[in-house]
Amino acid sequence: MQTDKEITIGILALQGDYEAHKKMLSHSGGAATLLVRSVEELHMCDGMIIPGGESTTIGKLLVKHDIIDPLIHKVQDGMPLYGTCAGMILMAKEIAGSEQTRLGVTNISVARNAFGRQVDSFEAQIPFASLEGDPVEGVFIRAPYVTKTWGEVEILAKYQDKIVGIREKNMLATAFHPELTSDTRVHELFLEMVRSAVRGASNP
Amino acid sequence: MIDLEARKSTWRTKVGLAEMLKGGVIMDVVTPEHAKIAEDAGAVAVMALERVPADIRAHGGVARMSDPRMIKEIMAAVSIPVMAKARIGHIAEAQVLEALGVDFVDESEVLTPADEQYHINKHAFNVPFVCGCRDLAEALRRIGEGAAMIRTKGEAGTGDVVEAVRHMRAVIGGIRRLQGLAEEELMTAAKEMGTPYELVLEVHQTGKLPVPNFSAGGIATPADAALMRQLGAEALFVGSGIFKSSDPIARAKSIVTACTYFDQPAKIAEVSEGLGEPMTSIDLRQLDEKELLARRGW
Repeated sequence: MQTDKEITIGILALQGDYEAHKKMLSHSGGAATLLVRSVEELHMCDGMIIPGGESTTIGKLLVKHDIIDPLIHKVQDGMPLYGTCAGMILMAKEIAGSEQTRLGVTNISVARNAFGRQVDSFEAQIPFASLEGDPVEGVFIRAPYVTKTWGEVEILAKYQDKIVGIREKNMLATAFHPELTSDTRVHELFLEMVRSAVRGASNP
Repeated sequence: MIDLEARKSTWRTKVGLAEMLKGGVIMDVVTPEHAKIAEDAGAVAVMALERVPADIRAHGGVARMSDPRMIKEIMAAVSIPVMAKARIGHIAEAQVLEALGVDFVDESEVLTPADEQYHINKHAFNVPFVCGCRDLAEALRRIGEGAAMIRTKGEAGTGDVVEAVRHMRAVIGGIRRLQGLAEEELMTAAKEMGTPYELVLEVHQTGKLPVPNFSAGGIATPADAALMRQLGAEALFVGSGIFKSSDPIARAKSIVTACTYFDQPAKIAEVSEGLGEPMTSIDLRQLDEKELLARRGW
């Protein structure tokens, strides 16, 4: 396995299951990880993950601590971004029925808590385009799904006709939580996006 | 063969919600208006109850599950998870809360216990449970019964953080002790602690609780929040500390920031400025033994 210690993956650590992502990355591909709570830390990263958590809480902290604009700019400049659950909500341009703060960088519309409340949280096998082998284990917790896509969004995963995984250029998002399982493939896919972005930047 | 059937309310989805709340503040609220304020201040979840612990303490009498109508109104008012409390051992109250669709049930010592011998068998429910503890042994008993999240009890409604500190240190110290034991010593440890052997073994091997470990009971200031996070709490419950203070909105926001930046004193100083009066507090040493809520449960 290739190890790139020169690649640093930032995990937004304002709130949520950032430790689970950190642990997952320690098992996949050997990139360095950094828990990010400031703009200085953000600028040290080649790719960023927005974890699961409460999207309203993370959004407010992003604004209050002046991280949101630099993060948006870095993503628009091509830095790869992966969002799980709350992360997917924060990436979306449209959030049904909500005016909450968001990055608004991805051409998707999402519905929050779209499968129901906690008692409706579930696990299911999710076939995932571009990943070899078995479907991924999808852990859905008060999960959103994507109701609409436009632009260059590629649909990677569906559950019962609901879109739960997408990619748009340098952005990857899932409504479920691979970081809560032992299956590292989605994170490895993201690492490959980061490696390719770093290679592209050094060989223009 | 791909199994496309959903499996609902698995152990992983229960503990998973607790994982999503990490690094956040769960706030006690008594009205939908309070719930909106809490959500706007950045709470990750709210605990819906009729009276905050300080008022339960002042009011006396039997404290029970809240009116379902009030819980439903709070669920309708916010998009973040809503928790509610059931009495220790009160299976029927917990069933009612599950039927209402709350996201977490707190089997709580803040309410008057309904059963002095048995806690609820939480494995029998689809809704996840959080339970209080004073030390590692109590935490592992609750996890054995199916709690998907643990919170140290502290002493609710006092604004005195001393018990929260004592209980968190007891849990973390207990974990360190188990880590240091030889494997052949674990069964005796399990026997002495009165806890399941498998959980003792797991803590010995991993060096942490099998479920997220939060803190509650007595947090009143941003510095209290930072203290509990530094001692090992993965998230915080703040009860009377917010809505019994002179400026709940400012205090709620400050505690949220302190919970995230718990290891950055300059940030804690910044958000602690000019917050006004904290809740009216009670020195723990002034309380009678029988007034201590943390002694409820076993």
